[in-house]
Amino acid sequence: MNRTAARSAITVAGLRKSFGDQVVLDGIDLDIGEGSIFALLGPNGAGKTTIVRILTTLLKPDDGTTRVNGFDVLSQPARVRESISLTGQFAAVDEILTGRENLIMIAELRHVKSAGKVADDLLGRFGLADAARRRVSTYSGGMRRRLDIAMSLIGNPRIIFLDEPTAGLDPEARIEVWKVIQNLADSGTTVFLTTQHLDEAEKLADRIAILHEGTVIVSGTLEELRKLLPPAKVEYVERQPTLEEIFLAIVGSDQKEQR
Amino acid sequence: MNTHFFSDTSVMLGRSLRHVTRSMDTIITVTIMPIAFMLLFVYVFGGAIQAGTDNYVNYLVPGILLIAIASGISYTAFRLFTDLQSGIFERFHSMPIARSSVLWGHVLTSLVSNAISVVVIVLVALLMGFRSSAGVLAWLAVAGILVLFTLALTWIAVIAGLSAKSTDGAGAFSYPLIFLPFVSSAFVPTASMPGPVRAFAENQPVTSIVNTIRALFEQQPVGGEIWIALAWCVGILLIACALAMVAYRRKIA
Repeated sequence: MNRTAARSAITVAGLRKSFGDQVVLDGIDLDIGEGSIFALLGPNGAGKTTIVRILTTLLKPDDGTTRVNGFDVLSQPARVRESISLTGQFAAVDEILTGRENLIMIAELRHVKSAGKVADDLLGRFGLADAARRRVSTYSGGMRRRLDIAMSLIGNPRIIFLDEPTAGLDPEARIEVWKVIQNLADSGTTVFLTTQHLDEAEKLADRIAILHEGTVIVSGTLEELRKLLPPAKVEYVERQPTLEEIFLAIVGSDQKEQR
Repeated sequence: MNTHFFSDTSVMLGRSLRHVTRSMDTIITVTIMPIAFMLLFVYVFGGAIQAGTDNYVNYLVPGILLIAIASGISYTAFRLFTDLQSGIFERFHSMPIARSSVLWGHVLTSLVSNAISVVVIVLVALLMGFRSSAGVLAWLAVAGILVLFTLALTWIAVIAGLSAKSTDGAGAFSYPLIFLPFVSSAFVPTASMPGPVRAFAENQPVTSIVNTIRALFEQQPVGGEIWIALAWCVGILLIACALAMVAYRRKIA
């Protein structure tokens, strides 16, 4: 799972941000290698979304240097935007347009040639071909999220930000999204992921950072984080299947293979 | 402003126009109230109003058009507010596009949808006996004033859409705008009003705009009134535009 990073996709040093008296980020340092999956963990209100908004040029930092794909977010925001895609916390799709129209709109804004073909390819890849000509307001939560991520892939951005991509999804849709993220990283895209689910970070991420009260309290690979605790003892524990495993076994056996 | 401004704005306009054509009820709601006023004033109150013209519909049409525009622009605030709520505004802003195209798409859509309601209302007015001897130039002048008026009010709607806290709030700002034509020369001559009301009516923007459009329709000389009307439209447009930019910067800070 460990991809060796040739170069940094994102570097953050001494990043600070306050809203009025409230200090949200109090000196954040991050170094994320190209083509890796990076997971930012933390409870609600820890500042995960604030970091994502600063990295995607939606919010200006108070202090520190922040570079994305080698470009400074403050002095070269246009170059940063060319390098990234953002999938926000809530599926940012146009409800009144159809799925296909949403994709074509983004393709046109990114000046991609043959927008229609790009849209059809993505609809196929994300299992939305049958729903392509339906308005998004009729989509389920999982379909919206898939469309949302598909929209982010248009134009092949080097870095993709996913802010809690599986929030509010049922277990099957969650596994689908995980598969998409894994495929993205396999094709060389850098993935910056925020999540509250520890298992999600454990399953996907090459590197994990835990954000707490405005600072990164630990970061490293899963192995490195494990070493922070006393060495594992071998114990016999009778393992009950988790509710998720039971759910998936009953609902569909084909989903199991994807895990 | 970068080189993609025009192509990005046309994508945004296309998107927003689809919203209009897929919810024709917005056009119907916008046109039905002014048409109802027109019917009410012509067939119920009209007989008792001494407007000094033999054809009261002719007297009424300019004011009715302004009411239609004042209610039509509230949908711009509503659509903009929805974009902010749904997160698609942030998605656009994180993309390599001309950022201002996001607002311009909404502003141009407002022009198009209000133009549609104005045409519908003029057609209904024609059925009710509205006649104008105006030539092509006079009609173009009327269209120009209405476009300026729509633009000015639309930028007010942009301020409301950007700073509203709720969907209801995003639409509520337009109520006083819809009310303004009632205290103007739109329905009755201002001469019949008591002193203070008359002073207000004669010095608020709607009266000069209504009088100018009426004069253009009837091939009367527009006199100095047209300059007052244009000054109001341009003045409101510039101030609203500047305030909208302040609200916009605060939103994307």
